[in-house]
Amino acid sequence: MIFVQEHDFDPGDEIAKLSAGNTHVGGVCVFVGLVRDFADDGALEAMTLEHYPGMTQKQLEAIEREALERWPLDATVIIHRYGRLQPGERIVLVGAASAHREAAFEACHFLIDWLKTKAPFWKKEQAQGREHWVDAKHTDDAAALRWNKK
Amino acid sequence: MKILYFAWLKEKTKVSEETISLPNGVSDVTGLVAALKARGDGFAEAFANEAIVRVAVNQEHVGFDHAVADGDEVAFFPPVTGG
Repeated sequence: MIFVQEHDFDPGDEIAKLSAGNTHVGGVCVFVGLVRDFADDGALEAMTLEHYPGMTQKQLEAIEREALERWPLDATVIIHRYGRLQPGERIVLVGAASAHREAAFEACHFLIDWLKTKAPFWKKEQAQGREHWVDAKHTDDAAALRWNKK
Repeated sequence: MKILYFAWLKEKTKVSEETISLPNGVSDVTGLVAALKARGDGFAEAFANEAIVRVAVNQEHVGFDHAVADGDEVAFFPPVTGG
């Protein structure tokens, strides 16, 4: 399931939904990304997330489809927020449910790594009364590359 | 064709979305960028360093050698920073 939304979500509800009505599930793994209170140039006041609506949906669906093909999963979820967010607020949640923990852990890790390099979102930070667009990190590219098929 | 700009490319060009006819002689993204750059001002500035600009044609990530045609949706943006 893919949700791109402005409003917050409840991680507890999402964990419950990943195995609801399915007693075949042996484990659920979830990653939640938060807005941290520090930026490159000081304390972060707020962050604004912009995205490319049509493409975001399409890219997230492709990432989810890839996870479902690679691991034996019973359910997956990706939620990504956009708009203005304050430090401490939730930005993103990815989750996977499987009969076995390895598949749930790996799929969850894969979902967030691929999302970070493929989903068309851009963060603008407000710090020290100034605004700037966040630069992409090479470490994110490296993290995503490790999931490329050998 | 529809052209979209995001993040700082939108701020520099001062355009978020526009509909244009495929410029004469343009067949790929590189050619389209050259045509947009030739408008000068914010467009020249936005595409001054092409190495830090990413492109999607019809909502798929592609390279600058990808073909473009009238009717395509072409989007220009910086490397993504979500998650």
